[in-house]
Amino acid sequence: MFLLSDVTFKNIINIEKLRIPRNKITCIVGESGSGKTTLLKLLNHLISCDSGEIWCQGKNLKEIDPVLLRREVVMLSQAPLIFPGTLKDNLLIGLDFSEKKPVEDKELFELLKSVKLDKDLSANVSEFSGGEKQRLALCRIMLMEPEVFLLDEPSSALDDETEELIIEKMVSFTKKKNKTLVMVTHSKRIAQTHGELTVTMDKGKIIQVEEAVK
Amino acid sequence: MNGIIEIGVAQLLAAYVFLVILLAITRRQGIGREKEILLSSLRMTIQLIIMGYVLVYIFHVNHFLLSIGILVFMEYFAIRNIYSRIKIKINQRLRRVITLSMLFGTTLTIIYFLLIVIGLKPWYETRYFIPIAGMIIGNSMTGISLGAERLIDGIKSRKEMVEGALMLGATPERATKTIVNDAFTAAIIPTINSMVGMGIVFLPGMMTGQILSGVSPLTAIEYQIAIMLGILGSVSLTVFAMVQLGYKTFFNERSQLEHGEL
Repeated sequence: MFLLSDVTFKNIINIEKLRIPRNKITCIVGESGSGKTTLLKLLNHLISCDSGEIWCQGKNLKEIDPVLLRREVVMLSQAPLIFPGTLKDNLLIGLDFSEKKPVEDKELFELLKSVKLDKDLSANVSEFSGGEKQRLALCRIMLMEPEVFLLDEPSSALDDETEELIIEKMVSFTKKKNKTLVMVTHSKRIAQTHGELTVTMDKGKIIQVEEAVK
Repeated sequence: MNGIIEIGVAQLLAAYVFLVILLAITRRQGIGREKEILLSSLRMTIQLIIMGYVLVYIFHVNHFLLSIGILVFMEYFAIRNIYSRIKIKINQRLRRVITLSMLFGTTLTIIYFLLIVIGLKPWYETRYFIPIAGMIIGNSMTGISLGAERLIDGIKSRKEMVEGALMLGATPERATKTIVNDAFTAAIIPTINSMVGMGIVFLPGMMTGQILSGVSPLTAIEYQIAIMLGILGSVSLTVFAMVQLGYKTFFNERSQLEHGEL
């Protein structure tokens, strides 16, 4: 899906070679400050690398329309973003941003139920807990059904039980829809359980790439 | 009674009694602002005397180059004033946008107002050209300062939200839509509010001046209504151009937020 070659970004990233496979679950692990989030931002083209090349499905990122790219390579930031408005507005805003058609309320309900977010569509989102906001943000990008999900610590605000549920949901969704998932995580357990490829980063470098034997 | 009562020098001096009262109060109360008050009054007096003679000369000569020259002079000082009024960093591209929007919005409105609304002949008649251009430029200056400050501050304080929207495939235009709309509203609200109070809470300066000089109040309100609409038009036009081009200065050609421009 992605190929990086000799990519540098300030003093944060220095990657000689990295291949992220299509239709697979890739987990990125490493200490804080090792450049994990920056790597996701580079793939989402929210920032451009200072040198080197990044390819997405054989095309150089520099030659792809950045907005159209982000509609297919969607990134979810670590702190869940909440926009003014109701729960429904917040769920549909991703589709609005990417100029896709909104979905029926029924589909929204089902999705909310599947992540155990039992709330009314007219609920005031600003009163949600951190974990609830996180689940809302995940639902928002699932509705967009992009080719690639880039998730930055999607379960950081969740308790263990909900974390397992959400990750499980994300993974099965990706598999069912034949998508690609790249997930930054602190949790070794998540990487071991779900990662088909685990990339370990340290000080901006890739120090290990491990393929799961399944 | 037609025309205006002339104020003689002695009568004008009598008006300075108000200044003496103020000075007496500040001295007695130990407020200690006498020097500042005196200096301000002196500046006001000298500036207005000079302005009076300059206008007499300009109206007498009544040449189109004078009208244009003064327009350029006013635009220059208005734009400089905008930069100094905005207390936060303005990036270089936004400065250019502010300048262009001011020139475009005010000039277009002034031309339309003088030629279509008033039907001024000759078009450069200084007696009309200068005060009308002054009112339009002055109000647009206030509007654009408010709007630009709101725009910069909005993008700065909501940059996570803007980037979050970009991550999901929003165009820079969509990602900043609320901020841009907020900035536009903030800029035109003072003009709208001043229209609400007009004629009830206060009589606007231009109208008061015309009435004092013997113009029928009905003619005076016609001018006042027209100029208020002209001001509204100019403020909207300049601010709209500024916000619509201005948000772009925070992004690069790869639709990425330029943190350096904030």
